[in-house]
Amino acid sequence: MSSNTKIACKEIWKLYGSNPREFFEKNQRNPSDEAIKSEQYIPAVRNATFDVHEGEILVIMGLSGSGKSTLVRCLSRLVEPTWGKVEFDGIDLLQAPEKTLIEIRRHKMGMVFQNFALLPHRTVLQNIAFPLEVQGIDKATRESKAREIIEIVGLQGRDNYYPRELSGGQQQRVGIGRSLAVEPDIWFLDEPFSALDPLIRKEMQNEFIRLQSILGKTIVFITHDFDEAIKLADRIAIMYEGIIVQLGTAEELISNPATQYVEEFTRDIPRAKLLSVSSIMEPLSGTVSEHLSVFADDSIEKIARTVLAQESDVQVMDQQNQAVGMLRRQRLLETIFENSSEE
Amino acid sequence: MRLDRALLVLAPFSLLIIFKPWLPGWAITPPKSCLGGCADIDGMIPFVDWVNAAIVFLRKYEFFDAFTFRDITRSISGMVDSLLHFTEGLLHEGFADFGIGAIPWIALVGAAAIYGWYLRGWKLALLGSSCFLYLALFSKRGIWELSMQTLSAIAVSAPIAGLIGILVGILAAKRRTAERIIWPILNVLQSLPHFSYLIIVAIFFGVGSKAGVIATIVFAFPPMARLTLVGLQNIRSEVIEAGIMSGCSRMQMLFKVELPSARNELMLGVNQIIMQCLAMVVIASFIGQSGLGHDLLARLQRLAIGQALEVGVAVVFIAIALDRFSQAIANKQPTHLPEGTFWKRRPCLTTFIGFVAAILVLSPIAPFIAKFPEHLTISTSTFWDGIVDYITLHFYGPLANFRDALLVYFLIPFRSAITGIPWIAIIALVACLGWRMGGWRLALTVSLFVFFIAASGYWVRAMITLYMVLVSLMICAVFGIPIGIWASRREWSTRLMQNICDTFQTFPSFIYLLPVVMLFQISDVSAIFAIIIYASIPIVRYTIFGLRNVPQEIVEAAVTSGCTQNQMLWKVRLPMAFPEIILGLNQTLMFGLFMVMIAGFIGTVDLSQEIFRALTFNDGGKGLVIGLCVSFIGLTADRLLVAWSDRQKQEYGLA
Ligand SMILES: Nc1ncnc2c1ncn2[C@@H]1O[C@H](COP(=O)(O)OP(=O)(O)OP(=O)(O)O)[C@@H](O)[C@H]1O
Ligand SMILES: [Mg+2]
Repeated sequence: MSSNTKIACKEIWKLYGSNPREFFEKNQRNPSDEAIKSEQYIPAVRNATFDVHEGEILVIMGLSGSGKSTLVRCLSRLVEPTWGKVEFDGIDLLQAPEKTLIEIRRHKMGMVFQNFALLPHRTVLQNIAFPLEVQGIDKATRESKAREIIEIVGLQGRDNYYPRELSGGQQQRVGIGRSLAVEPDIWFLDEPFSALDPLIRKEMQNEFIRLQSILGKTIVFITHDFDEAIKLADRIAIMYEGIIVQLGTAEELISNPATQYVEEFTRDIPRAKLLSVSSIMEPLSGTVSEHLSVFADDSIEKIARTVLAQESDVQVMDQQNQAVGMLRRQRLLETIFENSSEE
Repeated sequence: MRLDRALLVLAPFSLLIIFKPWLPGWAITPPKSCLGGCADIDGMIPFVDWVNAAIVFLRKYEFFDAFTFRDITRSISGMVDSLLHFTEGLLHEGFADFGIGAIPWIALVGAAAIYGWYLRGWKLALLGSSCFLYLALFSKRGIWELSMQTLSAIAVSAPIAGLIGILVGILAAKRRTAERIIWPILNVLQSLPHFSYLIIVAIFFGVGSKAGVIATIVFAFPPMARLTLVGLQNIRSEVIEAGIMSGCSRMQMLFKVELPSARNELMLGVNQIIMQCLAMVVIASFIGQSGLGHDLLARLQRLAIGQALEVGVAVVFIAIALDRFSQAIANKQPTHLPEGTFWKRRPCLTTFIGFVAAILVLSPIAPFIAKFPEHLTISTSTFWDGIVDYITLHFYGPLANFRDALLVYFLIPFRSAITGIPWIAIIALVACLGWRMGGWRLALTVSLFVFFIAASGYWVRAMITLYMVLVSLMICAVFGIPIGIWASRREWSTRLMQNICDTFQTFPSFIYLLPVVMLFQISDVSAIFAIIIYASIPIVRYTIFGLRNVPQEIVEAAVTSGCTQNQMLWKVRLPMAFPEIILGLNQTLMFGLFMVMIAGFIGTVDLSQEIFRALTFNDGGKGLVIGLCVSFIGLTADRLLVAWSDRQKQEYGLA
């Protein structure tokens, strides 16, 4: 993962209500819960500060109404934040004139919507070519480009179908295709698979992973499905009532939850899949197995079976094959069964 | 408990009626002069004079010292005139200068068939072609030419009205303030009777076909504006966002995203515009619009019922065909074309091209293509006249007795009762009802509406209008609701009734005068019968809708509680359908008002007679003020009934 910053946001606030800006200024730019509640404002996003790195998949999670969509819409400036600063490649989006914004959206941003948001009067081909069309690209060029994308998203032979004539999964492929048509630098996906049934959702997730392995884009992905988040994310941000309560890798969230809320949120996640050996290893002491050693980076799920087949504890190595610690069978068992033991 | 409160709301009204003998005169009928004592005006406030003064001012006014209002109206009517020239040339006059004839009748029959086939299949093809065939076949007295005049007026007015409607709708959708101003104006425009438009247009544009077309445009655009606004507001925000994220500029957004996404509403608007245009073009014959309406009017005035009937059927035929075709266009969703040759991909277009080619080749050698052979045309008017004579001869006595009995024992007493109510009592009534249904704002609005009528000087006439509408409303309810209940019981009867309603609703209201004049000649009773036939449609339709749309769980719950069919109807379905039935009554009342105004033509003494007088004397102020009186009667009832229905829906958790 490169650490070049693609989007930097500082202290983003978005309040809904009668006169949010004035209310915000009046409360020293940091209104309290009570003030917000008593004056009947809805705090959709509160004081969000974070960066999106180039090439990463940042997943935003949270319950319904926690402000995920609003936050992402602040990043793409579909929604104007009440307060804060959003920098995209060093350009201040909140100060940028409409013309600049249109240019950025035409060339650098793509977005996929929960309910597909296809244009019903256009065919698959025309929908995908739409962003190119508004740029004024000539018909032949944009259609050949759109055909390439149809190939990529797997809709060959459906070029001339209308959205109405497609299944939900196919419609979302069109939505994905449309957002990719301009080869965006950054790709926003707002719960792209929530409207699909579980089987198709799974298929689309795999499809998405395949696409990302080809394209390697910077992605901000919203979901409220933790399994989906784990499957896709480099980092996960958890939102609660408009606040980003924690931002980190899945492993960090589980092994080191910032608040009670994050802990409860992540309770039902199978730890074995996420935690690496290093998170539960201990300093070397006593005897370890002669036959087996494991890498510190391996996930617990991967090594559990072989380790538990051993009679004794095992040694942990780093990438250079240096011993860095040991893994006790007892601790491994506890970790694997942690979820169930609490019930 | 609820009854108690209802009585409380009615208390001021009842008290004022009880104490009527002790009320001063000005509180019973609105005084004819302003309260200060200035003389020589019609009402408390001289609205009519104000409007007339404004009209005089407008006609003289010079914009930027360069051109007058009259110049503007002249150039508009010039434009309309040349457009009309073009469509009439196309449809029946031909272009003599270029040596080109009009489109031959056979081409229209064939084109209607092919287009109908393309849109929906052979049924629509049959409807379209038989419509034109009827017009050609019955053209002994010139029905074909008259129809083509009517159609060419529609062909000019519908697109212009549609364009204006869309522009107004877009303006309202894009600017909050514009919406706040435009929406109430649309409400008033849509409840203003046809004749007010005719009078105002006649003042500024004179009479004749171009004035008729202009009146039609003004009359027909409001529904389109309303539907455009609704359509644009109902687009899912995600779709707009997708447009923004694709980098649309504002114009691209409007033309590539918003308007196409509002397609369904816009197409519904197209259907409504066409139907409104047809209705108005027929009525515009009062200011000299040539075409079927003019002929119908003349024959009705001469009581040539048989001939009028033939013309009426032509209007009805055109109405049904226009309605079904525009609906079919609206419902035709885009579908991907099959692979293959041009013929396979577009069979209808290919047939059409072939058909046109055939006509072009054949028309020089076969004269019947250009003109329907004279000796084949027919007329059945003598047959219908025979029937009318028969009815008059054998039923005139009983029908007249029935009519007189109705008048003496029911209509006249009812009329005196209504016109006897003190006007302040009516204001008290609507204010209390408004307050109860929707709070003080509603109360204020409806009281102002009623006060306007009282102050305008047409109170008594307005009360007579109200009486006619109320009588019709009662009769409509008494017949319409049971019919609706009966129809809603079974699948087939529901569909049958809906089809009947759909069909009858497309007829221009003017048509309904035909059968009643046939039976009752010209009187109060025939007016009321015409209103009843026309205005029963919505109450039947809404009753069916309400009864059939009771949530399935509730019906199932009632069945499992052991309800019989009757209990189900009385205890479950009817109460649940009540809010819809109220809306049906509201629509019935609106239809009734429109019909009352048209029925003035066959002799009544209410507002409609005044409006006819205004039309004859070209009195714009009177025409507009009376129109507003009618509109405000309608809007008062509309506001109260819709608020009532909303309350009920909320109470049942249906909203
Ligand atoms: N236009 C608006 N006006 C008023 N309140 C709004 C508006 N848009 C969003 N909100 C409120 O802001 C809060 C956050 O909404 P948001 O759509 O961002 O939630 P979300 O996390 O995306 O939820 P979901 O998972 O349901 O999509 C909610 O309480 C919502 O009601
Ligand atoms: Mg959301």
